[in-house]
Parts: sequence; C-alpha cells; structure tokens
Amino acid sequence: MDRRSFLKVGPGLAAGGLGMAGVAAPALSQGAAARTLRFVPQANLANFDPIWGTQYVVRNAAALVWDTLYGVDERIEPKRQMVESEEVTPDGLTWTFRLRSGLRFHDDTPVLSKDVVASLKRWAVRDPMGQMILTIQNELVAVDDRTFRWSLKAPYPKMLLALAKNNAPCTFIMPERIAKTDPFQQIGEYVGSGPYRFVRNEWVPGAKAVFEKFAGYVPRDEPASWLAGGKRAMVDRIEWIVMPDPATAAAALQNGEVDWWENPITDLVPTLKRNRNIMVDIADPLGNIGSFRMNHLHPPFNDVRARRAVLQAMSQEDYMQALVGEDRNLWKTLPSFFTPGTSIYSEAGGEILKGRRDYDAAKRMLAEAGYKGEPITIVVAQDQPITKAFGDVSADLLKRMGMTVDFVATDWGTVGSRRALKTPPAQGGWHIFHTWHAGADCINPAAYTAIRANGDGAWFGWPKSDAVETARDAWFAAPDLPGEKAAMDRLNKEAMDFGLYAPTGFFLSYQAWRRNVSGIVKGPLPFFWGVSKS
Amino acid sequence: MFAYTLRRIVATIPVMAVVALFVFSLLYISPGDPAAVIAGDQATPADVERIRASLGLDRPYLVRFAEWAWNIMRGDLGTSIFTNLPVSTMIAQRIQPTLSLMVITLILAIGIAVPMGVIAAWKQGTWIDRLVMGFAVLGFSVPVFVVGYVLAYVFALELDWLPVQGYTPIERGVWPWLQNLILPSVALGGVYIALIARITRATMLEVLQQDYIRTARAKGVGQPGILFLHALKNAAVPIVTVIGIGVALLIGGAVVTESVFAIPGLGRLTVDAILRRDYPVIQGVILLFSFTYVLVNLVIDLLYTLFDPRIRY
Repeated sequence: MDRRSFLKVGPGLAAGGLGMAGVAAPALSQGAAARTLRFVPQANLANFDPIWGTQYVVRNAAALVWDTLYGVDERIEPKRQMVESEEVTPDGLTWTFRLRSGLRFHDDTPVLSKDVVASLKRWAVRDPMGQMILTIQNELVAVDDRTFRWSLKAPYPKMLLALAKNNAPCTFIMPERIAKTDPFQQIGEYVGSGPYRFVRNEWVPGAKAVFEKFAGYVPRDEPASWLAGGKRAMVDRIEWIVMPDPATAAAALQNGEVDWWENPITDLVPTLKRNRNIMVDIADPLGNIGSFRMNHLHPPFNDVRARRAVLQAMSQEDYMQALVGEDRNLWKTLPSFFTPGTSIYSEAGGEILKGRRDYDAAKRMLAEAGYKGEPITIVVAQDQPITKAFGDVSADLLKRMGMTVDFVATDWGTVGSRRALKTPPAQGGWHIFHTWHAGADCINPAAYTAIRANGDGAWFGWPKSDAVETARDAWFAAPDLPGEKAAMDRLNKEAMDFGLYAPTGFFLSYQAWRRNVSGIVKGPLPFFWGVSKS
Repeated sequence: MFAYTLRRIVATIPVMAVVALFVFSLLYISPGDPAAVIAGDQATPADVERIRASLGLDRPYLVRFAEWAWNIMRGDLGTSIFTNLPVSTMIAQRIQPTLSLMVITLILAIGIAVPMGVIAAWKQGTWIDRLVMGFAVLGFSVPVFVVGYVLAYVFALELDWLPVQGYTPIERGVWPWLQNLILPSVALGGVYIALIARITRATMLEVLQQDYIRTARAKGVGQPGILFLHALKNAAVPIVTVIGIGVALLIGGAVVTESVFAIPGLGRLTVDAILRRDYPVIQGVILLFSFTYVLVNLVIDLLYTLFDPRIRY
C-alpha cells in the first residue's frame, strides 16, 4: 500500500470506526502552503522581549517584528532604515534624526519620535554601546513627530553603528507605552514596527511561534541587504517550529514537513546533502569564536604567565576537529580575538597561538607562575555540543601541561550561575569555563563584552588591564578606517600579551532548506525578507 | 464507597503538600540561575544580578516558599519567569498532546498486551509463548528513542505514510490527530506492552491451574470463554495494578517521546523548564504529575471492586 492509497483509506477508517463521520482535517490549498514558511530555529523562543532577554533566538525573532533606525548591510556598514536623514553638528556633539514618513506600528498607530526616544532610552540601559552614550549624554528628546535629537557632551563617532548593529540588543522601535517598561522587566505587549507581526495567541513557548505579514509596513526602495534595505515580506505567514532533536528536524526537512532549518548539526549534513530536494550552505560567514575563559581572580590564572602558558600549549586544531570534524570548510585556526575576513581584522600579537605547541615551555611558565599541582576546576556544560567538545579537549590539554584537573560536568544553566561566582574555586567558584562568541559580535570592540578588561565591570573572569582598555577606547575614538585598524592591532596585541582569554578557533555552521524555497542569504541571523516559497 | 473515595481525595492534600515542599526545596538548593539564561551570554555580571533581583530570586527561601504556597492555595500556579505567561496557561496549551499520547498508548498497549499475555499463557511452552516473551524482552530492552527513530525512518521517511513530527489538535480532525500519534504511541507503548504482557501471562498461568477453571472445562465451556471470561477476570487485579504503575512509566517515557517526535506536550515543557531553571513551571508541572499519579492510584483501587467482589471499601 502506498501513501496515496493509505491516505484515501485512512480517513474512512477513522471516520467510520470511530463514528466520527464528517470530521476531517482542513485541507490547506497549494497556494496557502506556498504562502506559509515553516522554519526550525536554533533554539526555543522562550520569551519575546529583545531588550530584557538578549539571547540570539529572541533577537532573530524580534528582527521580524520590530524595525530599527539603522541596519547593517552585508558589508557591515550602517544604512538608514526607519530614519530618512540625519545631521550631525561639526563638533560631533548633536545628532538630529528625521524619521521616514508612513511608518506604522502593528496596532495601526503612526511611529512617532516620542516612541523612538522611549525605545532608545530603554535600549541604552542594556546595551554596552548605549551605556557608553549614556555616560556622555546631554539629552535625548523628540523635537516634533518625526524628528528627534541626541545631544552629547563628547563626540561619539560610532553613533550610527550603535543604532545599526545586529548584536543584541538592537535598537528595536516599540510604542512609547511599551518602551517605558523597566529594562529589567519583561514587556507584556508585542506591538511591532517591522514587516511581520507576532501572533501571540498562537505562541506556544517551546513549540511554536507564528508571524504574519503586516500589510501596513512600508519597505524602503533599496534592495534588502541583511538588516538594511527594503524588507519585503514574500510569504504571508512564517511558522517557527521548535525541534529539540536534530535527527527529528533532519527527518522533517527531508519529508517536506519544514522548509528551512537554521542550524543542522554537522553529523547530519552529509545525509542532507545527499537529498536532491535539499540545499545546504554556510549559515553565517561571520561564524563563531570558541572561548577558553580563565578566572583572573584566583591562582594560577591571576598570573599572566599561567594564562600565556595555556596559549602556548593550546592546539586550536584539536578543538576545531573535536567540534566540527574534518570538514575544513567549517573552521580555521585563529591567532586573534576578532572575526577574520573583515577590513579591520588583526593578528597582531597572535604568534603565541601559531606553530608547534610547546608543552615544556608551558610547564616552565606555569612553574614560574607558582603553580604546584593544585586542582584546576573546569566547569563544562555537557548539554551544549560546543562546550562539551571543548571541555574534553581542555581536560586533555591541562593534563599534558602537568595540571591536576577537577572536571565538573554539568549543564549550561549551572555554568551560567557558577561562572558569576567570584569565590575561590575550592569554595564553589571556578578556574575555567568554555563558551563561544558569535563572529558578528567580535568584528570590533563595539559589542564585544568578552574583550573588556575593566576588572569588576568586565565579563566573567574579571580581567583587569589598563593597556587593553586604553587600546579599546582608541578604537571608539578612531575617526576613520586607518585609525580603527591601528587601534585593532594594538588591542589584539595587548589582549594576547595579557592572556585575556584563549580563543579556541573560528568555526562556521551550515543551514539547510528545501529547494522550493528561494531568497535565503548568508548572514549573522536568518533574514526572512525576500524569502519566498513555490 | 463514596465515603472511602472522599477520604482518599482528602488524603491527597497532605501528599501534595509534601510534594510541594520537596519540589520547592530541591529547586532552591539545585545549582543554576534563570537570570543568567535570560540575560544571555554577553551580559555582564551586574546585568545578571539586576535581573535576578527583578525576578525576586534574591529573596530568602522562606519568603519565596510562603508566597508560592499561598498562591498555590488560591489556585494560582504562578507565572513563568521566561514567557511571562501564567503557568496554568502553559499547562493548558500542552495538556492535550500529552493526554492524547497517553490515552492512545494505553489503548494500544492494553489492546495488544492483554491478548498477547493470555495467548502466551494458553500456549505455554510453545513457540507462540516464546515469541511473545521474546517480544516482551525486546520491549524492555530497546530504549524508546531508538524505537522512535526506527519507526520514523521506516514509516515516515521511507514509506511516507505518516508524519515525522508534530501534533495536530483533535479539533482539526480525527485522522490528522491520529496520524501524528501513531508512531509516538507505538514507540512509547513498547515497554508498556512488554510489562503488561508478562504480568498477564504470569497471572493467567496461575489462574489456569485453579479448580474452578477445571470445573468450567468439565461443564463444556469453550476455550475462549475459559480464557477471557473465567480466567482473565480473576487475573485482572494484578494486571490493573500494573497498568496503574505503568502510568508513571508513561509520564517518564512521554518526556523522551515528545522530544523525539517534536510533540508540544507536558514532557517537553518539563525538560525545557528544567534546563532554563524556570522554577514556577517546574513546580506547577510536577505538582500536576503528582496529582495525576495519586488520582490514577485511586481509580485503580476503585476498579478492584469491579473485578473482585470480595473487595469492599
């Protein structure tokens, strides 16, 4: 019996046998099916406030629903989006922005300057670049319905990048009444300004989220390019279907039950590539940077020699092969803290990560740092394939370096809380944990929290180095590309010399989709505008 | 009987109270921090601390427990830390898929396992008996997720008869609803069928040796009548007991099955909540599971009176 005849018999049996004549499934017409795009996201959309919760999956969904003032294009340059024009005074202290006409929220009210001002105020509290602006802010005010002004006490050359960047949190524009919510409290109303509206009553957190085309959205005339340009909704409805099991997602894609899978695991990619109905390609050319994060507060890693010993002995090839295998399209070694392939990328000071790995030299450096075989607590999340692979390699590395390893196998939720503890490792703290940073966040220092070295204010591990911070400040102050490049060289070298953390390599991942879907582009997040389905 | 039922229902209150205290305390001492998950990986420790404070997670144990217990007594299971939705709403969104999966699995398991056990007992020592018991061993031995993957590969990918994943509410048609449940129910039912079939066989073997069975045969009752009317009814009490115990197996198995077949049920809700440390959701779902289990036991106790007239409450 084939599927067609089975399906013919099936409803009859069900209806007859159960006495349910007349009860049948609603049939979606071919046209309706083509107007619905079914997408398997990287993770569960557990909340939907892109300022309160800054997980990538929330940012990705929010980009559908809320528009931004500016957006970065594929060259990572800020382009106008909701803004029609901007003026900056010659002293760089006052920025005046004018909104495009015809902008509307999903409740059909116009987008006004007061909405933008409230949204920016909420964003600035949570965003690293916004926080920098707040420290030099005079005022942020609405001048009229379509004009707002941001006046500063000192110039901030990276203003447009701050408003355009794709790093979470983005400057998503919400109605004033919603944007006035405390940035540390979750919003309860999802009225967007973007090309798709969020269908709240169909949202089943952990299972499904639905977005419908917003007819009132007016796209820009330019072609779409990442977060910039005309965001044209080509399908009427987008369903995000959460699938915790990669094997199930692969089977569903092969069976045509879903159209686009954001992050197939590398093990399943060969199977998908063999299917003639499926396309597989790199998802995000900006990739990810693996991180071996050390705690700078406690011995031995409070001594730069111990941290550099790790850099001296670490083999990035081992980490990358453990994670993605032999597919050389997916990874490269990275003698840098920054995303390769950009105009300001720097490898200055990265020699320590190149060439033959020298365990003897590393042991000597550890001894000089005063290490005498004390247990090194490495906290490894086993429920994340990336950290699990990294953790296994690190345990081996530390043993080769002559260290005593206290391997704490746990889950990501526990790592998240334990890494915040500053107590000594023997009292519940930690020496090492692994994570990874999206390459889009590591192009420059703008949104790169992990590159900070401002002690207590820094990211977990609390590195403190005035030289690193000064080099970082130089990038923010750089007025042009050569200035930025020089600052990046200095920052990378200072951070390497300081052993700020140990990058474990640069890696990419795939995305996969059915051949009847077109318009999918590579980017740091899935861009749904321009994507259509036949 | 009515008084007994009422007493048993009232007795669930202290049981649920102990479960509530236990679950709350266990979550309180377990490591993990929802604020860190919410804040995202790029957040600073200060951001995480502020979110923790805004969620009230920095308050003392007793204050938090008293507030939660008071809300529970008023029928309020709380609000999810992550989704900002009432826990009761989240449970309501997820209960139909899990209930459907469990009901279909139960029907399938009892419908297959009891006749299998009866026939195995009847044909004791023959190849039929060995085949049935071999199947039972297989059912116990092969994990649910392996069965699930094999079924999905054969019946969805290769034969294209059934969908790989998902759930269709029964309101959208019985067949679409069943389509999504057939493979998960078979996968989940394997261990359950094995358990019931073995118990049925063992109990039936004992009953078939009794004098009244010999008497029935002497009176000329046919084999089907002896097996299914005389013997099975007398073997029913242990079988029903095992079915009740098996509900706990189903709850545990549903967690895996729902993940493998991407069914948006309570099992997945529980796993997601545990991984994110969404305390109100974990507490609400575990209370619901505990209550269900207590109720199932009560129903089983009451069913005893149907099968064995000597039992009176």
